[in-house]
Amino acid sequence: MSVGIEVRNLRVVYDGFVAVDDTSFHVAPGESFGLVGESGSGKSTILRAICGLAPVTAGEIALVGRGDRPKPGSRGFRRLVQMVFQDPYGSLHPRQTVDRILAEPLAIHRMDDAERRIEQALDEVGLGTGFRFRYPHQLSGGQRQRIAIARALILEPQVLLLDEPTSALDASVQAEVLNLLDELRRRRGLTFLMVSHDLAVVTHLCERLLVMAGGRTVETLSSEDLAARRVESPYTRTLMEASTGFRRA
Amino acid sequence: MSDAAPSWHDWLMSDRPASRRQAALGRAYSGWRTFTRNRLAMAGLAIILALILVAVLAGVLAPYSPYEGNLTTSRLLPPSWAHPFGTDDQGRDILSRIIYGSRITLFIVILVAVLAAPIGLLVGTAAGYAGGYVDAALMRVTDIFLAFPRLILALAFVAALGPGIQNAVIAIAITSWPPYARIARAETLTIRQTDYIAAVRLVGASPLRIVLRHVMPLCVPSVIVRVTLDMAGIILTAAGLGFLGLGAQPPMPEWGALIANGRNYVLDQWWVAAAPGAAIFVVSLAFNLLGDGLRDALDPKAER
Repeated sequence: MSVGIEVRNLRVVYDGFVAVDDTSFHVAPGESFGLVGESGSGKSTILRAICGLAPVTAGEIALVGRGDRPKPGSRGFRRLVQMVFQDPYGSLHPRQTVDRILAEPLAIHRMDDAERRIEQALDEVGLGTGFRFRYPHQLSGGQRQRIAIARALILEPQVLLLDEPTSALDASVQAEVLNLLDELRRRRGLTFLMVSHDLAVVTHLCERLLVMAGGRTVETLSSEDLAARRVESPYTRTLMEASTGFRRA
Repeated sequence: MSDAAPSWHDWLMSDRPASRRQAALGRAYSGWRTFTRNRLAMAGLAIILALILVAVLAGVLAPYSPYEGNLTTSRLLPPSWAHPFGTDDQGRDILSRIIYGSRITLFIVILVAVLAAPIGLLVGTAAGYAGGYVDAALMRVTDIFLAFPRLILALAFVAALGPGIQNAVIAIAITSWPPYARIARAETLTIRQTDYIAAVRLVGASPLRIVLRHVMPLCVPSVIVRVTLDMAGIILTAAGLGFLGLGAQPPMPEWGALIANGRNYVLDQWWVAAAPGAAIFVVSLAFNLLGDGLRDALDPKAER
């Protein structure tokens, strides 16, 4: 039933600027895969290319696994693959209530039983129905990100694309949201493709990860490798050292 | 709901609205509170409400007929208790004519707003969201309309369609939508880049749905503000057309036409032109004040 995702030789060019070049990876059904790299390394662009928000210049994106595997851009694909954006302050419509934000995907896909689904979605992300008719400006950053997650999950997708879902939140809220994501994945058997510049977050949530720099692949490794510092490329090493924090000279 | 009934204020300002209606009303209420804090805007609103009331009750309020005067006894009388604003060259009471003229002014203003604002909004959001050739084509048309001096273009339309109040309204509407299209396009260009629009695209919303349900509601406030600020200009253009004899035709008591009529006697019988001039001034000012207040109350970026 569950679905994974495969990217082959992906190349994304914006107005002559090569954002992603010749990148391939395979995310098995139910797996949690991380894309790591510094700002501008093209990791977010890959997510945007997968869901059709960035142009695919060359290469192929396909779903893998048993059952239906709709093509990218199709209606069925949108049901199966959803995304959570980085900035919860920018990803919720400022003039719509939570109710309306959650009802919109259901209306577009003509799904029945909207009332129950909205209540259930709010429940699942740990917000009661008391939040249902609030506007985004009446919510905190963490609550907003929970709403964004609920919106992504309300279509019952199999694959969730996470674009630095916690980097705009403060540390304590970060942990809450990460735990929520981990729990949702286990409960629903979701496939995660997560982008982050924070190695700690990726090792916490992902089984395997791909290190990127300048739009190209540096290396692929498992989170155990990373935890045991078994890395090959010097770039990954500097990234790892940077993530251990600021040291006084 | 007898002893400790929660007040309307608490219900409306609730952090946890329990229904769609409460959320929407709460939002409107907090906008209204911002608006009422602006005293000048409230003054503008009061004047406009008074104008509407006068227009509705013209038949009751006007002391004389606006169309019939006594040419032998009451021609060009100065202001007095019997005729507070005097009488004109046909012996008609100017106050009554201004009271009936408020209907025409209101008719023009409302019709122009209803015609021009949606056209501008639709053209602007469509151009901004579609981009590319659609944007270029729609915006060049807008530029062409913007390049013409407004009164001249209105004149040309009236000349083509024939004089009359309806044609004047159509002419003014045709010349007043381009600024709204520009505003709506500028807003749409920033809105279409946002993550919340990306999120609904991701869900599979059609471009039509995105423009109508997600982009337009965010453009409406600035267009409303602009329309309100333009009301003064619309009234003046209508008055200008009336003054030139291309708008309302005699004996319609349109305010601009009243001034045109008073021009002949402006040195000796100043009151004939003064009263309708003052009426145009007061109503234009009121719309400007209201527009300023609305700008603060409707700002979509303001988080309350």
